[in-house]
Amino acid sequence: MFRRTVAAALTVAAALALVSCGDDGPAASSGTITVFAAASLTGSFTQLGKDFEAAHPGVEVVFNFGGSSALATQLNQGAPADVFASAAPKNLDDVTGKGTATTFAKNKLEIAVPKGNPGKITGLKDFADQDRKIALCAVEVPCGAAAKKVFDAAALTPRPDTLEKDVKAALTKVGLGEVDAALVYRTDVLSAKEKVDGIVFPEADRAISTYPITTLTKAKNPDGAKAFVDYVLSTEGKAVLASAGFETP
Amino acid sequence: MKARRQRIGGRLPVVLLLPALLGLAFLLVPLAGLLAQAPWSTLPSRLFSAEVWQALRLSLLCASSATVLCLLLGIPLAWLLARAELPGRGLIRALVTVPLVLPPVVGGVALLLVLGRRGLIGEHLDLWFGFSLPFTTAGVIVAEAFVAMPFLVISVEGALRAADPRYEEAAATLGAGRWLTFRRVTLPSIAPGVVAGAVLCWARALGEFGATITFAGNLPGRTTTMPLAVYLALETDPDVAVVLSIVLLAVSVVVLACLRERWIGGLR
Repeated sequence: MFRRTVAAALTVAAALALVSCGDDGPAASSGTITVFAAASLTGSFTQLGKDFEAAHPGVEVVFNFGGSSALATQLNQGAPADVFASAAPKNLDDVTGKGTATTFAKNKLEIAVPKGNPGKITGLKDFADQDRKIALCAVEVPCGAAAKKVFDAAALTPRPDTLEKDVKAALTKVGLGEVDAALVYRTDVLSAKEKVDGIVFPEADRAISTYPITTLTKAKNPDGAKAFVDYVLSTEGKAVLASAGFETP
Repeated sequence: MKARRQRIGGRLPVVLLLPALLGLAFLLVPLAGLLAQAPWSTLPSRLFSAEVWQALRLSLLCASSATVLCLLLGIPLAWLLARAELPGRGLIRALVTVPLVLPPVVGGVALLLVLGRRGLIGEHLDLWFGFSLPFTTAGVIVAEAFVAMPFLVISVEGALRAADPRYEEAAATLGAGRWLTFRRVTLPSIAPGVVAGAVLCWARALGEFGATITFAGNLPGRTTTMPLAVYLALETDPDVAVVLSIVLLAVSVVVLACLRERWIGGLR
């Protein structure tokens, strides 16, 4: 009994010591920063979070990655977060209690083909060829809506073999060689560059997606939220995003 | 009140009754919630759209075909597990039930790696016959059968173990060959188990989502079954998703109830 009490007291003392150490840093860089971010930002934001933590000892950046519309719903249902980075302005506008948003990245579509391009895809017109195996995103999800804009602009009727539920599922089908081509984002092509090649096409400029970021007015850590958003918009932040394939303003 | 309690208590311990009712509510309340949320006023117009019928027809066709495939392969497999002297039978039995616990998406990827256009077997199918399973209705059937077959195998194996082998021995002493004995003695004696397994198998195939969308993709009229249509409808119009879910639910309940009445109940 006595021994257990001593052990508990020592544990509490150690915990207090740790906590007081964490309090030593400047106000803007302490505690936990909770960031809700679009799934397509998973790679680049994980890197940004690590860099930010390295630059601000004692800070922990916690991410919740998911579809932008699902994240917006979670936030409106009261999920606690400090920062929201969305893949579309619409999803961000849907969130109540948001601050002022800044566009921090742009993404556009690219044709993904299996390494070596076995289907000999040369451009968007091949998506109208019945003999080629083609994957597109379903028009209900953002990459499918963007693809529809591009095909409308090119006056082409695509002949897909499958309408995938999200962009990563379409990318997987290309990576496995099950389809000759798919329309995905430029960042997706780069993220899978050991397995797929990208083909740039001019009509992609007709459907550029923009990514806004904002602090949330209900943030538990408003100083940390602001510091993280500033970091994403900084030169270092832009470099990370650019290496993932995003265009930065 | 007291008399009634004693009557129930005589058959079923009261201590079991409360959790039993809670369990029932746990299973039924979400379904009731679906019905409560349904946009009843606009339901008929949404229901009679071509896409809904297309997806429903495809779902029924694929689930039934998958069940037939499971019967053709699953009954012999169950017989092997129940009757044959196999080394490592426990391990084989465990492996047969793996698709039950495997996340369906993983099952879909596994199928792609084997039967896809670049898969171990699929590559040859494509090379020799110019045929590949992904993105075809046949692919949906294969995906559903992969996920649903363990239900059939487990049911049939259980029935085979419970069946009295003396009838088979009697048939053998009367001069019947093995195949004749299997057809005329073994199979009829395990019929209820086979039907129960087939019903479970069919219901699982009807609701299959993950392996289907991963292996067979999603194209209206060819591979878009009801669960896939529900998922995509949820992205844009949750009302449509609710309507589609209710249709799927109604079809399953009607079929399961009819089969239970006609077969499982009758044969008990």
